[in-house]
Amino acid sequence: MGVGIKVDKLNAWFGKTQALYDITMEAPANHATAVIGPSGCGKSTFVRCLNRMHETIPEARATGRVRIGELDVYNGTSAVQIRRRIGMVFQKPNPFPTMSIYDNVAAGLKLNGFHDDARLDEIVERSLKLSALWDEVKDSLRKKSGASLSGGQQQRLCIARALAVEPQVLLMDEPCSALDPISTGKIEELIFQLKEKFTIVIVTHNMQQASRVAEFTGFFLLGKLIELDKTERIFTTPSDKRTEDYITGRFG
Amino acid sequence: MPENVTATSDFAAAPISLWRRGMNFFATVAAAAAVVLVLLPLGAVFGYLVYKGIGSINWAFLTQTPKPVGEAGGGMANAIAGSAFILLIASSIGVPIGIGAGIYLAEYGRDRLGNIIRFTADVLNGVPSIVVGIVAYGIVVLSQGHFSALAGGVALAIMMIPTIARTTEEMLLLVPNTVREAAYGLGVSRWRTTLSITLRTATSGVITGVMLAFARVAGETAPLLFTAFGNQYWNWKINQPTAALSLQIFTYAISPFDEWHRQAWAGALILIVLIVAAVSAVRIVAGRGMLKGAN
Amino acid sequence: MPGPQPVAKQEVAASSENQSELLLKAGTSQVADGVFHFAMLACGLCVLALVGLIIYELISGSKLSWHAFGLKFFFASEWDPVNEQFGALPFIYGTLVSSLLGLLLAVPLAVGVAVFITEMCPRWLKGPLAFTTELLAAIPSVIYGLWAIFVLVPLLRQYGEPFCARYFGWTGMFEGPPYGIGMLAAGIILAIMVVPIVSSITREVMTAVPQQQREAVLALGATRWEMIRTGVLRNARAGILGGVILGLGRALGETMAVTMVIGNRPEIARSLFAPGYTMASVIANEFSEATGDTYLSALIEIGLALFIVTIIVNILAQFLVWTVTRGTPARSHA
Repeated sequence: MGVGIKVDKLNAWFGKTQALYDITMEAPANHATAVIGPSGCGKSTFVRCLNRMHETIPEARATGRVRIGELDVYNGTSAVQIRRRIGMVFQKPNPFPTMSIYDNVAAGLKLNGFHDDARLDEIVERSLKLSALWDEVKDSLRKKSGASLSGGQQQRLCIARALAVEPQVLLMDEPCSALDPISTGKIEELIFQLKEKFTIVIVTHNMQQASRVAEFTGFFLLGKLIELDKTERIFTTPSDKRTEDYITGRFG
Repeated sequence: MPENVTATSDFAAAPISLWRRGMNFFATVAAAAAVVLVLLPLGAVFGYLVYKGIGSINWAFLTQTPKPVGEAGGGMANAIAGSAFILLIASSIGVPIGIGAGIYLAEYGRDRLGNIIRFTADVLNGVPSIVVGIVAYGIVVLSQGHFSALAGGVALAIMMIPTIARTTEEMLLLVPNTVREAAYGLGVSRWRTTLSITLRTATSGVITGVMLAFARVAGETAPLLFTAFGNQYWNWKINQPTAALSLQIFTYAISPFDEWHRQAWAGALILIVLIVAAVSAVRIVAGRGMLKGAN
Repeated sequence: MPGPQPVAKQEVAASSENQSELLLKAGTSQVADGVFHFAMLACGLCVLALVGLIIYELISGSKLSWHAFGLKFFFASEWDPVNEQFGALPFIYGTLVSSLLGLLLAVPLAVGVAVFITEMCPRWLKGPLAFTTELLAAIPSVIYGLWAIFVLVPLLRQYGEPFCARYFGWTGMFEGPPYGIGMLAAGIILAIMVVPIVSSITREVMTAVPQQQREAVLALGATRWEMIRTGVLRNARAGILGGVILGLGRALGETMAVTMVIGNRPEIARSLFAPGYTMASVIANEFSEATGDTYLSALIEIGLALFIVTIIVNILAQFLVWTVTRGTPARSHA
């Protein structure tokens, strides 16, 4: 089952430029929390700090406290171990091009030393079913490469890959922005049903998407978290004027 | 309609001067002539290789060692085997180091040190092969006290390393960063990502680079002149002078014996065929290895 | 739209326990990462070490000769191993003349081929033609030498050199008996070997010239040749020069083919029919039989000189090519 995320005074830098200022928030378990804001507001950076992907950029660093369930992300465990507990789906679908569909889904397990082949079959099937891709690919699991699928299918493959390691939290960085409307719809429905088992944080620049899939929404502006509340409240009666300006389209 | 409009259309309709048209035509002819002049020797070389060499390639040639001076017959079997032996030594040293250097440049070397290494690799690529031979002589032959296949292998390895490093780097940089990120996101360690994901994705390109370096050194003679040195007999010992196909062709070609000249052509034909074959074989293997497992 | 299939809750709980445990146990890999980084760094440093090694070997090897002859080594023309008198001038002369002759013949041909392939060729012919010119580069030097000895040299002896003597003898460069073997043969075979490099770099820099440059000139009413001349070649000038200098670098270091046809006589002569000797050739011919330490040291010193010259030439060439293809974009000249 999912666990809650607690963030306490998170700050992040790219070299000397500060990108996030004292972010403090909570994303409740088994719910989806959307992160919205104009370009460059730090929403992607924020989400990438949750699983320490931010550190993969040279000269980038972050300070503060992030707790995922009982796990303290920045103290006590290495970045690599953290990322095995958290799943991430990226903006542009990125299946491993030289691997088959089966191997793509199993990658998170195989590359980390898990080799029980019998169990792997079961896990791959379950993950593909969870991400609503099983029926479309079950006959060509090992024959087709991950990159030969359509855009929407590739993204669902990436979701299956992330889910195969049974993460507690699923982070999604604008997962639908490179997809067509039909695929987007399929994935939004998927998110709706994944909430039962996982805690989801989804970055989106599409406000309607936020209101469709997330119970909570946080509005970011210039590296600061301006407001975090129930989605309906944010989009109907926001407390901060800046939030109101954004959702009514005055900027961004 | 105003007067000048007509004048403009008159000008547009006026013919380009004869001189300019002539120059244009001449330029085309000259360029085409250049192409013909350049292709002529290519055709001539291949043509003569086949014409003069094919008759002398027989079973004896491929399986026997050279006969003493003046005697007819004999072959280049030991030279062919020797070349393979030396190339094997060279590849086992040059390929791992070259690929390693390429990985360093692509994944870790985006800083000053990386630039220095990159520049140095390009410089190394331009060193004349005879100079590499002198260096291998100094490092290996002098310390061992005799010519050897090892010395020849070292000389060729020195030539392979910078080429392989630069092409490997190029191929790795072509792998989009999103692929690496996908692996990091799954909690795969950096070394595992680099080897099992990044390098695996770039495999066919890297193999092409290795094959190019291999083909380049396979025909080299100069660096072997005073390292491997040549040998009339079979040799499988790494510390003894060894025959090589290119060396044999050279020795025979400059000799005064017709018999040896005949064999030089045959040897040359075999050398070019082997180079082309090696290149194609690696290409096929690389192509087949595209869809492999995560491990 | 098919939704995700329901999966038994217990099943999920049980396997997630095992999987999570396993993944957590998998360790931090920090040590492995460090070792890997170090190993790759070591390979990279190998490249630096190799160049250092080359410089060290060449310098220490030539010490003896340097102490014996000093700077005069490069200006003396007597090469007499028996009396231990070593002067490198004939080789320097031979290297320069053969390379320059080779370039003189190669550059117009190479640029012509490049122009044809890039700008004049029908599309279906481009690929095969480009591939065939690259094929020239794949032929090993010793095979060129073999062909040169038995095909080129007789041709020169029978037709080429008498022709040159008859029509160009007034220049004073075509005197003496037409042996076939000699500077002219070396220059020609070098030209053939250098054409692919110059041609492929020229093609690369010509393709790098943006299409707008071509269109701008054509829009002014230029013929195709005028477009090529002012819109492409002009802009790619630096790069083409770089390619030429790269070809020079290759020609300077070329050993086998030249050794087989240049005659190997350490003399300076004005006629192109005369035999000569290059720096690379003397090393190739005499190194393994050099008796005496000074002899060997003199040869290594020649190798050092060759090394320095080719390095400088190559660096210059790369810089020039870089300015056109990657650095400053081609500037238009009014």
